[in-house]
Amino acid sequence: MPYPTEPPALVKPLPDDDLSQAAHSHRPSPWHFLLLPLSLVMLTPLVWMVVTAVSTPEESRQFPPALPTSIQWSNFADVWAGSPFGHWLVNTAIVSGVVLVSNLVLCSTAGYAFARLRFRGSGLAFMLLLTTLMVPFQVVLIPTLLIVKSFGLIDHLGALIVPNLVTAFGVFMMRQFFLALPPDLEEAGRIDGASRLGVFMKILLPLMGPPLATLAILTFLSIWNDFLWPLVAIQSPENMTMQLGLSTFQGAHLTDWPLLMAATLMSQLPVIVLFLLAQRVFVRSIASSGIK
Amino acid sequence: MALIVLEGLRKVYPGKPPVVALEGLDLTIEDGELVAFVGPSGCGKSTVLRCVAGLERLSAGRVIIDGREIQELPPGKRDIAMVFQSYALYPHLTVYKNLAFPLKERHVPRNRLDAEVRRVAEMLELTPLLRRRPGQLSGGQRQRVAMGRALVREPLAFLLDEPLSNLDAKLRTQMRTEIAAIHRRLGITSIYVTHDQVEAMTLGQRIVVMRDGQLQQAGPPAEVYENPANLFVAGFLGTPSMNLLTGRTHRGVLSAGPLRLVVPGAPDGDAVLGIRPEGLSAAGAGGEGTCLEMVVSHVEALGNENLVHGWVTGTEDSAMPLVFRAPPRVNPRGQERLSVRIDPAHLLVFDKASEKRIPLSGPVAPARRL
Repeated sequence: MPYPTEPPALVKPLPDDDLSQAAHSHRPSPWHFLLLPLSLVMLTPLVWMVVTAVSTPEESRQFPPALPTSIQWSNFADVWAGSPFGHWLVNTAIVSGVVLVSNLVLCSTAGYAFARLRFRGSGLAFMLLLTTLMVPFQVVLIPTLLIVKSFGLIDHLGALIVPNLVTAFGVFMMRQFFLALPPDLEEAGRIDGASRLGVFMKILLPLMGPPLATLAILTFLSIWNDFLWPLVAIQSPENMTMQLGLSTFQGAHLTDWPLLMAATLMSQLPVIVLFLLAQRVFVRSIASSGIK
Repeated sequence: MALIVLEGLRKVYPGKPPVVALEGLDLTIEDGELVAFVGPSGCGKSTVLRCVAGLERLSAGRVIIDGREIQELPPGKRDIAMVFQSYALYPHLTVYKNLAFPLKERHVPRNRLDAEVRRVAEMLELTPLLRRRPGQLSGGQRQRVAMGRALVREPLAFLLDEPLSNLDAKLRTQMRTEIAAIHRRLGITSIYVTHDQVEAMTLGQRIVVMRDGQLQQAGPPAEVYENPANLFVAGFLGTPSMNLLTGRTHRGVLSAGPLRLVVPGAPDGDAVLGIRPEGLSAAGAGGEGTCLEMVVSHVEALGNENLVHGWVTGTEDSAMPLVFRAPPRVNPRGQERLSVRIDPAHLLVFDKASEKRIPLSGPVAPARRL
């Protein structure tokens, strides 16, 4: 059975048409007139955050907004010194890291099971899993809280980790990608003497780089930026995560916007770095194939 | 090298209704023999291979290799190798690592592994490609890597599942020759599955024709071609297919339109007359009892010969297509009426009801009119 996988472009010389297209790719196209303003709209909040983070409180409140007269680097130092920011950072890193690893392990193994293993009730189990995707988190918030409370995990980092160890979306996504891999590869591995786990680890997982990177980014982003669940499950300042900690910069009557933006900027740096790193994996996706 | 015995193989896929993919298949494949399974899509030939490989669990039956029952063993413990139609090379590994994979899984020492990989690479002319990945190889090179990965651990048996079907015609012919040469050199017992009868006929020391999960006939290619066991085998093997005309036998004489032939030993009843395209020729006048009238529909000019296609006239099978091989000079036009002579030596007679070939007790000859 032929598979719709193309050989990589590097073994094929680019046709003339492609070359001319490549040469013309830097010229403006009508799309740029639409995309450029849109990208500016997307960039504005980020730029505003950076500008406010290095402004004085007075400059941050002036209208119309303007660039600061001098850069207030002290805002970052004030955030670090005036709040348990390092603590929040470590907490968020622990929760995000554990959830990220557990999602990669559990979602990929569960996705593989749903894609390839034949077992009684697999169809029903998968349907149940899919239905959980359709239930908003607000609906299960209270039941989750009660379960976590019964585990004695309230106001503990475990409360943020346990409910997120594996997600229905992650399992579904991994299953779909496993289904897209040719079964012949797995069968060849088994004939070559590898166990099922060996096939999974040595043949299938290396081919799952792009979907695993996608899952990693999505999981990390959702946990790092999660606010609602930590707000419900955590009370002590020393157990707060970054997003919860940021909310403490907002007062009932007055908010120190430069400090809040400096803290926000610092909280977003790891996310931006991870995204840039993982984006390279997307681009480097395995174009080559051993399947005709 | 090994003797493979397939005993009562049965495979049923559950469903409503259940699908019977294999039914009571018995076959012994001799040590070092290359047997080609051939048949139309869905006939069960690949299922046989997958059951022998352990990729499918048998519903019933036994697979015995060198006296050892293996049907309950996992694929990796059966000591067999398989070449897939899609090649199934590991895309993230280099050619070297693809070849080394089966040895690595069997914990072969590093220096022996390296020597084995290089030996197979040398044999299949893959040495310059060892550092490439499958995606950087042509179709023929990928095919050779797939062969190499199967050969590197010197398996007891070699299973090939339509390994050439993704190659172009020229490369297919070349690889066919290479596979035949490798088999001659190594003498590994092999099962080759294909839907291409040319591959089956040229590669197989024996061919096995399958239909609807059942073995129709097994034997040396020439024997199966010349003496098909039933109408299915007769019609399946040969390009163009065998011409089939319905008629009736009575007291040892078969009548089909103007044809009247003595068929010694044939019981009275409805019969089907089978004749290969090479058993027909354009006739001049005369030849009573051995000639058919046909209306030419079109001619396929192949250079060395012409295939003349048309329709039989003057028989019960007036809608029956007829084709024969003719020298290039015989080039009739469309709608032209043509007299075609039958060579009685090429005739086969089948029972219409059972579709089985009727063994004749003597040669077929033109019958004299009373």
